[in-house]
Amino acid sequence: MMLIDCPFCGPRDETEFSCGGEAHIARPLAENKISDADFADYLFMRDNPKGLFLERWRHSAGCRRWFNMARDTVSHEIVEIYPMGGLPKTADAKSAYSASWRRDTVAEHAAKPARTTQKNVGKARGAK
Amino acid sequence: MADNQPDRGQRGLPGGKPRYSAFAVAKNSLSYHQDWQRAWRDAEPKSEYDAVIIGGGGHGLATAYYLAAVHGMTNIAVIEKGWLGGGNTGRNTTIIRSNYLWDESAAIYEHSMKLWEGLSQDLNFNVMFSQRGVLTIAHSEHELREMSRRVHAIRLNGIDSEILGPAEIKKFVPTINIDQSIRYPVMGGFLQRRGGTARHDAVAWGYARAADDLGVDIIQKCEVTGLRRQGRKIVGVETSRGFIKTKKVGCVVAGHSSVVAAMAGIRLPIASRPLQALVSEPIKPILDTVIMSNAVHMYISQSDKGEMVLGAGVDKYNSYAQRGSFPVPEHMLAAAVELFPVLSRLRMLRHWGGIVDTCPDASPIISKTDIEGLYFDCGWGTGGFKATPGSGHVFADLIANDRPNKIAAPYTLDRFRSGLLIDEHGAAGVAH
Repeated sequence: MMLIDCPFCGPRDETEFSCGGEAHIARPLAENKISDADFADYLFMRDNPKGLFLERWRHSAGCRRWFNMARDTVSHEIVEIYPMGGLPKTADAKSAYSASWRRDTVAEHAAKPARTTQKNVGKARGAK
Repeated sequence: MADNQPDRGQRGLPGGKPRYSAFAVAKNSLSYHQDWQRAWRDAEPKSEYDAVIIGGGGHGLATAYYLAAVHGMTNIAVIEKGWLGGGNTGRNTTIIRSNYLWDESAAIYEHSMKLWEGLSQDLNFNVMFSQRGVLTIAHSEHELREMSRRVHAIRLNGIDSEILGPAEIKKFVPTINIDQSIRYPVMGGFLQRRGGTARHDAVAWGYARAADDLGVDIIQKCEVTGLRRQGRKIVGVETSRGFIKTKKVGCVVAGHSSVVAAMAGIRLPIASRPLQALVSEPIKPILDTVIMSNAVHMYISQSDKGEMVLGAGVDKYNSYAQRGSFPVPEHMLAAAVELFPVLSRLRMLRHWGGIVDTCPDASPIISKTDIEGLYFDCGWGTGGFKATPGSGHVFADLIANDRPNKIAAPYTLDRFRSGLLIDEHGAAGVAH
């Protein structure tokens, strides 16, 4: 059982919340310009670490608002709760963010508006 | 499909290990049962094998057994970080059925069912496979209609399946409550009479003993710490007991698939979730079949010892903790007590969780990877136990021949790039 500190309502029982899975998956903007394999990274492939995991939660039986949470998948310890659209601030959660393989994917690079030209997509690290 | 019998290979301990039989029991009674042989050797890892299977659960041991029995590959090893069958093999609710909607699923689960029928003879080990029937209950008009569509699809694939009405269900399962006023009323159900249960530990031990008989090394307490590659080729496995050279590695590690895949830099579409089960104190026989309810994520059967065995749905968030959150069994038990009022004062003795690897389409991955010689058999989610023989059989074929056979072909990892998913969610993938 977890006691989750909703940033809007305060600490509540886990039964009031629903989990939205891995956080920080950005949709590629020009999806037709990247390969099916790269799009699969966005659509299906998931980070599934044994340890600290960044995920989205929603207080579905309360204020119904979304937030991000850094939680350990072995101890269930909640390390940090931070707003949607933001990045984690604690050292462990920050390194979990930058260590994810997703940061190097073509799909994620193609999700940034300034980088959606074909030329830049091809330059992303990990591109085949 | 129903006519194709799987190739069982060499059966019944051809390696010469002493067989279990009524005669052996009588003979050993003379020495007060002190001299029974070891079921398998405690092998030391050799420096090189033709193939290494990571994971000593049912699927891994079945893979090793069929590699040896069907494909003649005996210079192989199974490495296991804990003890045999200590993961999900020993944590499931032992339900076996093959009544799946889609052709691809029907093919693999029915392949498995055929191997279950005769497995005790193949292995010379009583896996206590009991075809006591699996009855899935519908709680609404809509669910019942969906169910009849499923039953027809299943029958078209040559698999036994039939619809029962509430009165027939009451006759088949006298302890069930068919009162229409309860929260989840019994509107009907469908039954696979060939479905049932088996003893999960015996499955692991039987495969281990038969594989060992054929020369397979079974190495416990040996954890994989890395996968060594040369370019795009696998060359060996780093373990807690040293480096093992090999050209073929089969990963069958259930909940830890993503962890092992990360060692090779492979991405999987998998989320690891806890799946919980409970057993009650033993009581006299009251239930001689398996009852499932997809709507409430509840399944119940009675073990040979008399314990009621209950399973729930998966927890809603990722975890590797092998324990679940309390609301899940609470919800399931509430529905179980309403369906079976006779259970209301029963005490639960044990409660545990196992980590299952769930795929977005609720179907497994049996696949080659981008790395030559590295194969994955994972993503069985909540329904892996019933598939144990079939999964091992087709995965062994994939490893031996470096190409998937007809049954395994749809389960490639590439389906998440092509979009050819095998969507068993809702149809049959909700509760297994």
